[in-house]
Amino acid sequence: MKAPPFRYARPQTLDAALRLLADEGAGARLIAGGQSLVPALNMRLLEPTLLIDINGLAELTGIAETASGIRVGALTRHAALGASAIVARRTPLLAAAVPFIAHEAIRNRGTFGGSLAQADPAAELPACAVALGARLEIAGPGGRRRVAAHDFFRGVYETALGRDEILVAAEIPAQPGATLFLELARRQGDYAIAGLAGWAALDRSRITDARLVFFGTDIRAVEARAASAALATSLDAAATALDRDLAPVADLNASAAMKRHLARVLLRRACAAAVTHAA
Amino acid sequence: MTAPLAAVDRPASYIGKSVPRPNAKRLLAGRGQYVDDLRLPRLAHVAFLRCPHAHARLKSLDIAAATRAPGVVRVVTAQDLAGRYTPWVGVLTHFKGLKSPPQHPLVHDRATWQGEPVAAVVAESRALAEDAVALIEIVWEELPPLTDMAAALAPGAVPLHAELGDNLCFGRAIDAGAVDEAFAKADCVVEESYSFARHTGVCLEPRSILADFDPADGRLTVHCSSQAPHMMKEIFARHFHLPETAVRVICGDVGGSFGIKIHVYPDDMATVAIALLLGRPVKFVADRLESFVSDIHAREHRIAARMALAKDGTIAALAIDDVTGVGPYSTYPRTSAVEGNQVVGLTGAWYRCRNYRANLRVAFQTKPPTTQYRAVGHPIATSVTEALVDRAAAALGLDPVELRRRNLIPDDAYPWTTASGLKFEKLSHQAALEKLLTLMDYDGLRREQAELRRRNIHRGIGIACFVELTNPGPAFYGVGGAPISAQDGCTLRLDPGGTVTCATGVTEQGQGTETMVAQIVASALGLAMDKIRVVTGDTERAPYGGGTWASRGCGIGGEAALQGALALKANILDLAGAMLQAEPAALDLAGGWVVDRAGNRRIGLDEVGRAAYFRGDTLPPGVQPELVATRHYMPRQYPFAFTNGAQASYLELDVETGFIQLLQHWVVEDCGRVVNPLLVEEQIRGGVVQGIGGALFEECIYDQRGQLLNGTLADYLVPMAGEMPDIVVAHIETPTAESMLGAKGAGEAGTGGAPAAVMNAVNDALAPFKVRVTAQPISPWRVLAALGKG
Ligand SMILES: Cc1cc2nc3c(=O)[nH]c(=O)nc-3n(C[C@H](O)[C@H](O)[C@H](O)COP(=O)(O)OP(=O)(O)OC[C@H]3O[C@@H](n4cnc5c(N)ncnc54)[C@H](O)[C@@H]3O)c2cc1C
Repeated sequence: MKAPPFRYARPQTLDAALRLLADEGAGARLIAGGQSLVPALNMRLLEPTLLIDINGLAELTGIAETASGIRVGALTRHAALGASAIVARRTPLLAAAVPFIAHEAIRNRGTFGGSLAQADPAAELPACAVALGARLEIAGPGGRRRVAAHDFFRGVYETALGRDEILVAAEIPAQPGATLFLELARRQGDYAIAGLAGWAALDRSRITDARLVFFGTDIRAVEARAASAALATSLDAAATALDRDLAPVADLNASAAMKRHLARVLLRRACAAAVTHAA
Repeated sequence: MTAPLAAVDRPASYIGKSVPRPNAKRLLAGRGQYVDDLRLPRLAHVAFLRCPHAHARLKSLDIAAATRAPGVVRVVTAQDLAGRYTPWVGVLTHFKGLKSPPQHPLVHDRATWQGEPVAAVVAESRALAEDAVALIEIVWEELPPLTDMAAALAPGAVPLHAELGDNLCFGRAIDAGAVDEAFAKADCVVEESYSFARHTGVCLEPRSILADFDPADGRLTVHCSSQAPHMMKEIFARHFHLPETAVRVICGDVGGSFGIKIHVYPDDMATVAIALLLGRPVKFVADRLESFVSDIHAREHRIAARMALAKDGTIAALAIDDVTGVGPYSTYPRTSAVEGNQVVGLTGAWYRCRNYRANLRVAFQTKPPTTQYRAVGHPIATSVTEALVDRAAAALGLDPVELRRRNLIPDDAYPWTTASGLKFEKLSHQAALEKLLTLMDYDGLRREQAELRRRNIHRGIGIACFVELTNPGPAFYGVGGAPISAQDGCTLRLDPGGTVTCATGVTEQGQGTETMVAQIVASALGLAMDKIRVVTGDTERAPYGGGTWASRGCGIGGEAALQGALALKANILDLAGAMLQAEPAALDLAGGWVVDRAGNRRIGLDEVGRAAYFRGDTLPPGVQPELVATRHYMPRQYPFAFTNGAQASYLELDVETGFIQLLQHWVVEDCGRVVNPLLVEEQIRGGVVQGIGGALFEECIYDQRGQLLNGTLADYLVPMAGEMPDIVVAHIETPTAESMLGAKGAGEAGTGGAPAAVMNAVNDALAPFKVRVTAQPISPWRVLAALGKG
């Protein structure tokens, strides 16, 4: 469990980092919090030739309140996200999710951008980004572009990021409803077997609008559109409709059928809790 | 209540006090000295190439590129080591029919598990060694894996080792009383099958070894993270053809062991062989990934069990059929027969039932070897027995506690010999069960459970009675030819300043052995604990002893320390008597002084020490001070000092998700004399957590090709604090009459009993649904499958 040999660079500007990325080509890897990358290096699952440490890039830091919501820099640590008053006020879903990410020591180092770029299908933050309709700001050799979170996550560890690009920040609209967040993991801090991140707008005890995103079930965070739409009819209808939204993949802890079952349980519980809370 | 222990029963005695561990501060301060902390001149590092297949023939091995890689000292293969060692065979003569082929440090032509070491790279750093391992070119021909135990034992199965004829490593049958008759006449018969997954012991400090051979004086010094330094010394001398005087084994700080660090491993032996080959120090520290495929695994049983009862709840007969898998080799030198042997020996042993049949079959497989791990066989025997008792109670409409009350060996019935032939000196099952019920408020919990059930909240209460085998005598291993010492010694020396240096054969793994020894010695000599220095783990400094295993540290090592301290005390008083012109019998030791009967201080121990060592001229003629004493101890009357206890688990089951929340756990435990309640209770708690690990979380998941699917700490679920319940511990003290100290063992009781209590609690919670889970670990998946959901 020793990393294979690599070179190391710590650029001070985004432009310098982009240049290093372009020059090195396929062998380059960005390192942010290192909480996913370093284990992969030590297990020799990755053998980069150059590690580009982006922790010195001021352009990637900070949480700011914007007219429509918040802007979260890619280097924001999970712990900072969880402690931010702005986040708690504007996007309480993110604040609710943070305690479920790994353990304190990991949350002190792991970054928001790293988590999105890693795109683990069982991770909390990608699901929250999709649920909140985040737009991700990406810098590349040709300048900046914005991608909706919904289009960003493609599959297991697969995103819309190009090899030569850096995730800079996320623009996240203010959360339009009450927080829905539940997750089932074998132990506190483990990746989810099944999780639900979303929000529900309520009119007294009726859900009028909702977004439900499941993680840990499929190859990426999945927005359950059919189930959300069916919520207007009933919780039962939504639970049934969920079958059309999900294509679960078995893992060591659960079969596909069990994940489907657990997702239904989470949907019922989260929505019932939101309704009870509103009443 | 315990009778007073006269020799140490004095006002300032430390016996029975929760003294914190003096060495804990050093470890917490990061000042531990583990093998990996050692830096020797010319130290080289070893990394192994391991077989990626469960079963494969080595077609070719090309080390040329690896040998040329930066920093590489040498690439070592089986050919390099041939003739330099004697292979080892994991059999002992008292296990009739036990068979296993010779085992070697590195694969010659055939590998039999994924993870078996094939070649070693020795380099200037571990990282460089790993870089070079990646350059070894190797061609394998995959052979059919043998993963399933039943398939391995099926008629016509291809033997893994052709020369052994079949895949039955060991078998044992017990048939006591009249089992068939009892089943035929029974009012009620319950039967069920159980399975226990293969899991492993995860030590904070992985296996580590640093071997240093000095060709100039022909001496081998091995620093290793081990439980049994003297045993390892014997083994290194024997298998590397070195004189006993040429081998020294030193175990500094050891970061947990649990049975993992008491076996002979091919990679450890390869490391020693490499040191001998190169004549320079080499170090191997298993990393976490290779620990999962090279440390011993444990358990893996499938058991079919039946119990016959009379209407009044009397258990009339018990029968079990155990199939267990031990990988490709029986482990050396303790053998892999012991786990299964203990399962058949211990099942049902705490009940009065006289009719007992057991059949054990131990199979070879192409997975890592399994063998002794904390509470060897106990969790299996206890889970099966206690699950059957709960089923029987339900079938007879009795409360599970009541059924136990009617069948436990009565507290006044000792000595007792079980149907399987085990001898119990004196246990306290009835008292332990009643104490447990009070401690947990059993009736109150039952009321709460019933109330919550009406609100669709499903809680379960599980009880388990159990015994634990501790303080083994030589009949356990020595009699079969193993270089394993059942006795232990303690040498004590009064130093000139009136303090005592004490070297003991039992070892410190983080469990508090040194504290326990210091408490006993300080109490016997009337000294403060900080006046005692305890030395462990070095074969050149400690008296000969067995080390840490089978919960023997306090019962055996503690008694040797007590006897040694009393002998030293007698020597001190002899000298003091001569100096004071007083009868030694009229003197005593207290508070660092020689005192008279009335407790008046006559002379300080520092004065005695100084006179003995520096001012011999002041002593009366003919007086020769002997301020060193050694005593050894080994239990002789009973082969083991059994202990007993009762545990209970209270948990809540989410019947929609299959998730279990542990709410509370209780243990009443009788380990005889409790020398240090704090240490005993932490042993119990840690043991319970490891038991819960096996019951709910831990499993080495293998696919049909014999590939481990979860060999990382992300995927292998070690129990963590967040999921653990509060664990309440209470004691009963029934000292063994065999020793003066009266202590029995406490290290494995938690692990032995917890899985049974937890499994019973889960099934109690499931009772309204008329389904049961009998496979451990009890994962949400297994719970939902039982409920027909998901
Ligand atoms: C024991 C353990 C448990 C964990 N449990 C969880 C959990 O329950 N839930 C969870 O969500 N996570 C979990 N994690 C992962 C943790 O949250 C990581 O911090 C996170 O996934 C990655 O963030 P990082 O900053 O550490 O990224 P790094 O490890 O530094 O990088 C991860 C990947 O992202 C790329 N990358 C990083 N930043 C950028 C960027 N700005 N632009 C483009 N690419 C980038 C890197 O090149 C690399 O490929 C766990 C980690 C550990 C060690």
